[in-house]
Amino acid sequence: MVHCFLINTVCPVSALEAGDSRVLFSRVFGPDDASQDEALSAEERRALQRDKLLLVARQVLSSVTLSREASGRGPTEGVAAAAATDEATALQEADSGVQRLRAGDPFLGERSVLWLAVQSLAFSLVCLPHENLLLAEGTLRSLARHCLEHLRLLGHGSEVLLKVDRIDFLLSKLLPHGQLLFLNHRFTQSLEKDIAAYMAK
Amino acid sequence: MYSHGSESLLKQARDIQDAEMAKFCSRMVKQTQARDQGPQGLQGRDQGLEAVDSLQRLHLILAASGRLHQRLLALLLSSSGEQLQVLCAAVLRETAPPSDHKLNYSQCSGGRFEGSALGRLGETPRADVPSHIHAALSITSPSLADHVTLLNKKLIDWLRYASTQQGGGASSVGFFNGPRIRQPGPVTELDGGPSGDFFTVLCVAQGFTEDQWMNAHAFSLLRPWLLASSAAPGDNDRSDVDGSVVSMVSATSSSSRLLAPRERLREKSFLYAQRLIEQSDRKALKRADSELQKACLVEAVLILDQVCLEDVSQVFRAFPAVKALYGRLSPELGAARVLLAVAQFYLNHGETAAVDCEPVWRLVFGRLPAELFNDPHLAHSLLRFTRLHLHHLQPRVVQYTQAFPNLLKFLAWDSPAVLEDFVDLLPSLVTPGTAVELLHSLLDLPCLSATLVLQLRSPKTSSEEASLSLEAFRSPAHRGLFLFLLRAEAGSGDTIARLATLHRLLAEAADWPRVVQAAQAVPVLLHVYFNAVVTVTPASHTHTSVLPLSFPPHRVLSFHLLRFCKLRPSLVVDQSHELLEFAGTTANAFSKEAVFTDVVWLLGEVLSGGSDPRCSVELITSCFESLEAVLFEVTSSAPPPGEEPVAPRVITSLMSALAKLASRSHDLIPRVSLFLSKLRAAARGGAVVWSREEDLVAIVTRGEELCSLLRLPGVAQSVLTPPPRGPRWHRDLNVAPSLQLRALSGLALLH
Repeated sequence: MVHCFLINTVCPVSALEAGDSRVLFSRVFGPDDASQDEALSAEERRALQRDKLLLVARQVLSSVTLSREASGRGPTEGVAAAAATDEATALQEADSGVQRLRAGDPFLGERSVLWLAVQSLAFSLVCLPHENLLLAEGTLRSLARHCLEHLRLLGHGSEVLLKVDRIDFLLSKLLPHGQLLFLNHRFTQSLEKDIAAYMAK
Repeated sequence: MYSHGSESLLKQARDIQDAEMAKFCSRMVKQTQARDQGPQGLQGRDQGLEAVDSLQRLHLILAASGRLHQRLLALLLSSSGEQLQVLCAAVLRETAPPSDHKLNYSQCSGGRFEGSALGRLGETPRADVPSHIHAALSITSPSLADHVTLLNKKLIDWLRYASTQQGGGASSVGFFNGPRIRQPGPVTELDGGPSGDFFTVLCVAQGFTEDQWMNAHAFSLLRPWLLASSAAPGDNDRSDVDGSVVSMVSATSSSSRLLAPRERLREKSFLYAQRLIEQSDRKALKRADSELQKACLVEAVLILDQVCLEDVSQVFRAFPAVKALYGRLSPELGAARVLLAVAQFYLNHGETAAVDCEPVWRLVFGRLPAELFNDPHLAHSLLRFTRLHLHHLQPRVVQYTQAFPNLLKFLAWDSPAVLEDFVDLLPSLVTPGTAVELLHSLLDLPCLSATLVLQLRSPKTSSEEASLSLEAFRSPAHRGLFLFLLRAEAGSGDTIARLATLHRLLAEAADWPRVVQAAQAVPVLLHVYFNAVVTVTPASHTHTSVLPLSFPPHRVLSFHLLRFCKLRPSLVVDQSHELLEFAGTTANAFSKEAVFTDVVWLLGEVLSGGSDPRCSVELITSCFESLEAVLFEVTSSAPPPGEEPVAPRVITSLMSALAKLASRSHDLIPRVSLFLSKLRAAARGGAVVWSREEDLVAIVTRGEELCSLLRLPGVAQSVLTPPPRGPRWHRDLNVAPSLQLRALSGLALLH
């Protein structure tokens, strides 16, 4: 089971300091560590969870930046540089990587965060220790492709903020309750029919 | 992509005022009520879209500002329509604490889960089953043992007995012929051939039946379930009793009816995994399916590993398949991650099956890092595998400790991503035989990084475009240097003699981003290294080359030099010749100030007959003379052109060291007293100009203190020569009673 799915910015955002990232979408699956601590109130638990996700987003941002630097591609400017490429090319050129999150930093147990950076956004899956990371990579790519297509992420709109139901629906099909699925192309086709039907509404 | 528009939208949502929020909410309530009760058709549809739009905005506001409007909750819970339901669920997640809403399956926390829900598994719609299973995964309560058994049985059904006929959707409606229901055929393999055996995730069909979907879901969570429930009570494992007797005859599968559900599930999982391994040998027609095959292989091998861990007798059944898989995949490294899973299997069960595992280790620690160092996912997985199994690998696999030149390639290529892993792994790589070579490899990390970049660049760049370093990389004259850096194993020498040449050739690489990142990782690892060396290497081992005197000045190195020698004072006497040579060279006082001060301090502190019997009067005297000469030069003549005057700290440390040495060999006392008093005069009006008055005062004061101390040789000796293991007066049989008496009488006087 995957711990959470995250979409965050990996470009400089004017309202934020350097090194800070804006979390555009997050979904935590299953019981998280904070709910084990009975001493916290509901609000505190939510705030704690939010802080942890922000930490993960920042970690992803620094991994993406360092990786792009190392391979000779500078960090993308959020607004100016994004050329109107199509989704398939953007996905092909995307950077990907994986980072270890030590136990306690920020989650109770050790995690691996798989990230896929497409221009100025990053899609991440925070995986539990015994997860099949090869499968997770495939699922992440698939999620990113659908998000790019159905949320028009390459444009300048704000669908990623508003069309939360679409992302939730995608997750319920491709990553139900955080479970990675072994799906061959026929299974995937069947799911994509459902997805297309929903997105057409 | 992420635009100013989005940013301002977020700001609006965050800063929304209470009054505005209240108005928005009442409008929302009216909209949803109108939609539920109002007209159908186009007008109803518009109202529906408006409701969706408002809900989306509401979600954004709640996510950004975290504020809640109570009235909406009841309404949200009762909305109809798929899209509205999804949105309401999202809004609820933003407002309510996760475990309070029983409607929200996806947020079930283990403690609150109701066991009866498991019993309804048969009737639950497909998408909800995984949630029950996930909640079940966190069950620890023994009263749910029955439900665990039930779940095991269900999983067996789904995994093994799913239909092998294609599902609905295979009917074709011909335009001219009228509707004809074609008989759905059997499912096929990924390469188009007919399916050989029971249904698995690697079977394709035009459409799938419900139980075939359940097969896919069940396999997807099989391994987490096996892992989680291996600790769960309830199923009596008869195989635990037999497990200690490894029977080679149990190669045939036992008659299923007689086994407990858990054992049956293990059996079915075994068969499923074996079938997947066979199916992966076929050439899939679609690329996505080939990728899936690899993921399935990893999963299958890990399932076999898990089954064999629980039931040792299965090892002999599983090994042939795993071995054949290894043989098939090892020539090409396209399925490197699968090979890692196979390595785990060999590590856990190789001994049981008495199989030679050496080729596997040569692949894992030899070929994989050497050829795939630039694959971040492989790096992560391999290093993780090493970390988790360190207690097995370190004692048993000699290839591991010898493989650090190869493993460091991962670090040299992408240090930020794998630094954490190396901080954990480095101590295990420090062995008495390899410690020195490892240190040199760490210091050469940036050079290795540059070499790897060149190695990858070389085939792609023509000779016209080649830079200086690339030309050097390709030229036969310098080949040996680069080959040494790229070596796969330790043991062929600590370092290369022509290091300076290498640095010159790679000079232009100094500002390549990868090289810079690698250089930043080095100090961290040096700390880890030195901490490990102290604990690992025995005292008798000669640390000759470990003393980093010849290396360029480095704060980390001098810090550890000091620490090292404090722990092993005999080292100072061992290396006294080199240390004296270093301390006796005046130039070092200017260029390597920090290290120089440390060395001088060490010599003064440690060289005494008390700490080491080899420390003779001659040694002390020769040390004294070298230091005296340096101090004389430094204080009586102007600094060399271009250099700043020597730091006051150097001078005071030299003075102190001289005094300490003199206190141990009393003949030297008159000499040092004379010298110090001359120094006092020289400091005031000599060749050296002090930039700050405090410096001058400090030097003069120190000189006076030392002089007065040395007038009482006995006192000087006890003050300036610390006892070998720290003050122990309170334990000394002679001294202790007087101290105790004094303390007691002090207390008595208080009364």
